[in-house]
Amino acid sequence: MLRALNLHIRRGHETVLAEIDLQLNPGEVLGVLGPNGAGKSTLLAGLCGEMRPALGEVWLDDRPLTQWNGSERARRLAVLPQVSTLDFAFRVEEVVGMGRLPHQSGRIRDGQIVELALQAADAAHLQGRNYLSLSGGERQRVHLARVLAQLWPGEAGQNLLLDEPTSMLDPLHQHTILQAVREFAGRGAAVLVILHDLNLAARYCDRLLLLAAGRPVALDTPRQVLRPEPLKAVFGLDVLVQSHPERDHPLIIAR
Amino acid sequence: MTALVRPRTLFIGLGLLCLLASWLSLALGPVSLPLFDTLRAALRLLGLPVAGDGLEQAELILGQIRLPRTLLGLAVGGVLALSGVAMQGLFRNPLADPGLVGVSSGAALGAAFAIVAGSALGGVPEALGPYVLSLCAFLGGLGVTALVYRLGRHNGRTHVATMLLAGIALTALSGSAVGLFTYLADDATLRTLTFWNLGSLNGASYARLWPLLLVSAGVAVWLPRRARELNALLLGESEAAHLGIDVERLKRELVFCTALGVGAAVAAAGMIGFVGLVVPHLVRLMAGPDHRVLLPASVLAGASLLLFADLVARLALAPAELPIGIVTAFIGAPFFLYLLLRGRA
Repeated sequence: MLRALNLHIRRGHETVLAEIDLQLNPGEVLGVLGPNGAGKSTLLAGLCGEMRPALGEVWLDDRPLTQWNGSERARRLAVLPQVSTLDFAFRVEEVVGMGRLPHQSGRIRDGQIVELALQAADAAHLQGRNYLSLSGGERQRVHLARVLAQLWPGEAGQNLLLDEPTSMLDPLHQHTILQAVREFAGRGAAVLVILHDLNLAARYCDRLLLLAAGRPVALDTPRQVLRPEPLKAVFGLDVLVQSHPERDHPLIIAR
Repeated sequence: MTALVRPRTLFIGLGLLCLLASWLSLALGPVSLPLFDTLRAALRLLGLPVAGDGLEQAELILGQIRLPRTLLGLAVGGVLALSGVAMQGLFRNPLADPGLVGVSSGAALGAAFAIVAGSALGGVPEALGPYVLSLCAFLGGLGVTALVYRLGRHNGRTHVATMLLAGIALTALSGSAVGLFTYLADDATLRTLTFWNLGSLNGASYARLWPLLLVSAGVAVWLPRRARELNALLLGESEAAHLGIDVERLKRELVFCTALGVGAAVAAAGMIGFVGLVVPHLVRLMAGPDHRVLLPASVLAGASLLLFADLVARLALAPAELPIGIVTAFIGAPFFLYLLLRGRA
């Protein structure tokens, strides 16, 4: 279980993230929303140990995150950054196979997992292709398959942090990918996902954290967070909130 | 498909190429030996029971001159190629060169210092000369690399972009110091300096060979153990860290292996450019970027390439001998341009 206790992060002398208390529960998908520069990616960097807290702590299970050794941590915590800068001509399955680095599960098992993770990310048809020949959205799905392979098959105690995994995807894949993430969480892993699309967040997340200027504004169910007042306060956007006619989650329409 | 050649085919092909290069390197030169005699004499030198009648001259030439020279070529080529792979992995750029972290220029500075200071002090004792020169070159390379690494460190992290720029600055600084030594040198010293800056396998001796063989073997054993981690490093430093890799330790090892390997190579054979840049590239074109194949294949390819370059250096103007650095640059520079322009198309 990943927990942030009174997490503060500074860049230089500026506090860019403050007063974060957060716990990722097994099986849940927690969405993080907020305007550009609100500290969403900084939160993710703090939660995975890439940036050190100026104050407060991050705990993974029974120990502070800093006390875990690399491979042990990597088997429980996987991170998908916003953009990846791979500039070498690996084949797609080689890229996904890198996710198996912290494991000693053997070549045969790794191969099966790579295949399953690629299927989950709807990228199985890209096998054998040169990574550099893929489009931005295809690359994004390959990297999602890589982090899924890192935790495969997914169980309670594992945590997956995703930074805008749908930013380059077409509308259909935005849904198939978030559906795959939901299924992954359904097997017990905790998922934190940064999103910009309020309606995707409403549909696929169990809880939402609303950030503004590095501080938490709300942390609750989508129905509680996605109301006109907090959205107006955080994004400066006037919205109508209705109920989805078929699925009963909030539907946000800009006025 | 990215990988055009299966790893097994590649290793067999490069292994045969390497054997062929070694054979020719043993046989050809100012006194060319019949190929079959060379093989028999080489086997006898390895201690195999082969009939030795009429092979006295061949054995003498092989044992005293060609065998150390060939071994030197194999080790220098292999370790330069390995260092190239390590630097291209560290900088996550297929156009990076082992010289980027300052090791070549530092070694050149150390050697220039040894040559000029030795001559100014009235000459180092004949027997010690090569050792002093090699040691100064090695220490110069290590010293400048350590400084580049130190300049790239900030808040407990190594910034490779800063290292790259620091490497360029210190290379220029070392270059000016070498220039100063060149200016101060007398005619005889100048000639030594020039030859040393262009590299040569000439005058290979077992005494100069052993340290290099040890270092090369160490680097060749160590780096392939990090092959999967190097693959992951190409994703980016934070991605590699998320996969559980101790990225700081890995970067330190890559810099250290390169400094040792290139330092020892330059100390033994002078400055030989482009091998570390071109060989990993060629192997990647054939077998893809996976370091589990790339590292060992680059050793074989680098060793073969250097021996062929040395053959050209030996035979092109025989009985005179070209510095090998001229040959590798003559082949390497146009190839580098080709890679650059091909990528643009």
